[in-house]
Amino acid sequence: MTRFCPDTDAQVVDAVQTALAESRRLEILGLGSKRTIGKAVDGDLLDLSGLTGILSYDPAELVLTARAGTPLSHIEAALAEANQHFAFEPFHPNALLGTQDQTLGGMLAAGLAGPRRIQAGSVRDHVLGFQAVSGRGEAFKAGGKVVKNVTGFDLSKLMAGSWGTLAVLTEVTFKTLPRPETEATLAVPGLTDTQATAFLAAAMGSPAEVSGAAFANGRSLLRLEGIAASVAYRADLLKALAPGHVEMLDQATSRATWTAIRDGSALASQPGVIWRVSCAPTQGLALVAAISAEAPAEAVLDWQGGLIWLLLPEPMSLRLRELLARHGGGHATLIRSDDATRRATPCFQPQEPALAALTARVKAAFDPEGILNPGRMD
Amino acid sequence: MTALPPPNPVSEAQRQQILTDLRALVPGEGVVSDPISMKVFESDGLTAYRQMPLVVVLPETVAQVAGVLAYCHRNAIKVVPRGSGTSLSGGALPLADAVLLVMSRFTRILDIDYENRTVTAQPGVTNLGLTRAVEDRGFYYAPDPSSQIACSIGGNVAENSGGVHCLKYGLTANNVLGVELALIDGTVLRLGGKHLDAGGLDLLGVITGSEGLLGVVTEVTVRILRKPATARAVLFGFMTSEAAGDCVARIIGAGIIPAGMEMMDRPAIHAAEAFVQVGYPLDVEALLIVELDGPEVEVDELLTRCRAIADATGAVYERVSTTEAERTQIWAGRKAAFPAVGRISPDYYCMDGTIPRKALSQVLSGMRELSAHYGLRVANVFHAGDGNLHPLILYDANKPGELDAAEALGADILRLCVAVGGVLTGEHGVGIEKRDLMPVMFEKVDLDQQVRLKCAFDEGHLLNPGKVYPELCRCSELGRMHIHHGALPFPDLPRF
Repeated sequence: MTRFCPDTDAQVVDAVQTALAESRRLEILGLGSKRTIGKAVDGDLLDLSGLTGILSYDPAELVLTARAGTPLSHIEAALAEANQHFAFEPFHPNALLGTQDQTLGGMLAAGLAGPRRIQAGSVRDHVLGFQAVSGRGEAFKAGGKVVKNVTGFDLSKLMAGSWGTLAVLTEVTFKTLPRPETEATLAVPGLTDTQATAFLAAAMGSPAEVSGAAFANGRSLLRLEGIAASVAYRADLLKALAPGHVEMLDQATSRATWTAIRDGSALASQPGVIWRVSCAPTQGLALVAAISAEAPAEAVLDWQGGLIWLLLPEPMSLRLRELLARHGGGHATLIRSDDATRRATPCFQPQEPALAALTARVKAAFDPEGILNPGRMD
Repeated sequence: MTALPPPNPVSEAQRQQILTDLRALVPGEGVVSDPISMKVFESDGLTAYRQMPLVVVLPETVAQVAGVLAYCHRNAIKVVPRGSGTSLSGGALPLADAVLLVMSRFTRILDIDYENRTVTAQPGVTNLGLTRAVEDRGFYYAPDPSSQIACSIGGNVAENSGGVHCLKYGLTANNVLGVELALIDGTVLRLGGKHLDAGGLDLLGVITGSEGLLGVVTEVTVRILRKPATARAVLFGFMTSEAAGDCVARIIGAGIIPAGMEMMDRPAIHAAEAFVQVGYPLDVEALLIVELDGPEVEVDELLTRCRAIADATGAVYERVSTTEAERTQIWAGRKAAFPAVGRISPDYYCMDGTIPRKALSQVLSGMRELSAHYGLRVANVFHAGDGNLHPLILYDANKPGELDAAEALGADILRLCVAVGGVLTGEHGVGIEKRDLMPVMFEKVDLDQQVRLKCAFDEGHLLNPGKVYPELCRCSELGRMHIHHGALPFPDLPRF
């Protein structure tokens, strides 16, 4: 197996053209932090970790451009220095998968957002543009480097969650936003599923501008962010809606709590497979109850219940997806399992035939020979 | 003017056959073919362009939409989809040899779910109609294009429409959770739903803003938001647009994202004040409206901070709203800017470039030079927070050559936007209007890749051809690849 380690965009073109010429397939690799999500790719490695560096970052413009292999930790440090952040709170796989840093390109290719997704949108809502090399071995660009742009098809969104199956990202541009000045979290323990579902729905439907809404460890959690006076005022709004005793978590505890929810950390140390399930928010607890009736399940629910980190002793993929369909639909992605299980399980949500056919045509529009991460999203 | 693709010749006998076939698919009043009735459809919001369609079809059911598309696909007949026809870029401009597929009969709200904060609606529901459906419970739909009384949500999806509040609340793409979509061959698909992430490739993301080239949206699920508790606006006047631009940069630099930040230059201020008399100061070069929304304590605090910044950047005028009526009045001039300019000039042409905000003064001075060169006045309104410029070019279509000059000036302004690192369109779309400027922003390889995506949805280029992309090569040609089998390996590529 060959490992291509390009330092320049031109070398990425060379690598893809070499693969085309020699009929090889490529596994696109950043820092490998999410390499065990989806089907294993049988091919040569195209290692982008050498394509590093922030190319431009102007906080007042709210725009950052970096090479795709730049470690996210570097980006996050630069953002923090300017008192900004990625508002979508990218998922960090460290806790669940035992890996270290991820690249900016890998973050985009996975498209996994954290708790603030319910307020600020996902990775796909903040990517502004990119440069990449298609499976045709051609360097191309799409999108722009300004925060508002509708010129041509929005290929940038298509890159989010494409898991390297469409193009090899070489440079990406993101929208950045100011970091909130303060945060606080309300925790309400001991609610029934029905009470908790109704409480979080009421909170999200209130003018409190909730930026995190989760169920974890038997508690309903609501995060508020912004200037201190506003956070205090909105906390009072939410307390009035709470059907039980409210504990206030201080800033440090709040931060740690939401980092753990973002990463599904509470499930990390336990054996079993871990799914990430997206469903209509009010269906989350009911779906967990339904699957728990059939197997010992544990769950952390984010996004008002619309995102479930679900721990099961074995995948039960058919049954889980059947129950999901009965609870209003959505999709389930296998995030953690052993290699044998991954091979035997449809890791990404199977699509109905017409959608699968369209997806295949879109893939072929970027990668006609099927050389980029083939089969990864099966 | 941008040329439409040469129409395929359709004989009268062929046209009669098409009408007969379409009437079988859409019975009743749904097929309109006489010239007088079709006249209202001959243009959209870009009224400089007019073209009668082959026939207008107004289906009432998704099955009819799918049936018409499948019929057109089988018979290689072009289709131009249309919502309310408010596009400012000619996205819904008919073609002489195309069926105009009008979605205006799809006006039902299908589902309101306050617990998940979603509304599911048919595509012909107006943007404002979504808000009207939920406002009694204190909710609203955030994107607010200025045509919101008339424009449809299906059209908003096609154009990825924005509005003055999208700095804080996003464009259409950021507020749509799911669609039902009919492809050109009549296949009907669902993308997304009430769950937040659609799963699989983000086809929903690429459908949004695809300007009717990829499919016809037959149902939309949007997220709704709770109305902010309060909103207040403040109006600042500056002696230079540079100072106003500096104020905007410093507000954002201070970590404040206002709900809206709008700038107007002197010609726009004067036109607006003459039209609506809201007391705008006439002795300043730039006006900046900053709107903050949220809980009262937050709005008050941030307003104080913004006022201090404006003070430090040389604001010479300030007016703060203390009542809803005063807030409305501050906005009234800005919201009336387009018709106000329409009052002082027989015609105007609205541009829509986005620039990095730091290039504002460079672009404004470049625009002044271009304006002098072409001998046409330009008034500027500007979504200052996100760098989206709306230069309004004043011209008189009855004077020979002025429309061409206005288009040439507009094109030069957009070239200038791209030259400083910006883009051709921030929210109005490419349509027919900016189609031939696409190569200014994109290389051929970039455009070819976008057209290949088009081919994945519509291989025959039947949906809205002639819009967005200057040339639509045959998909088979675009798909062809030349692989150097057995070529020498690339010597400078690190391999291990």
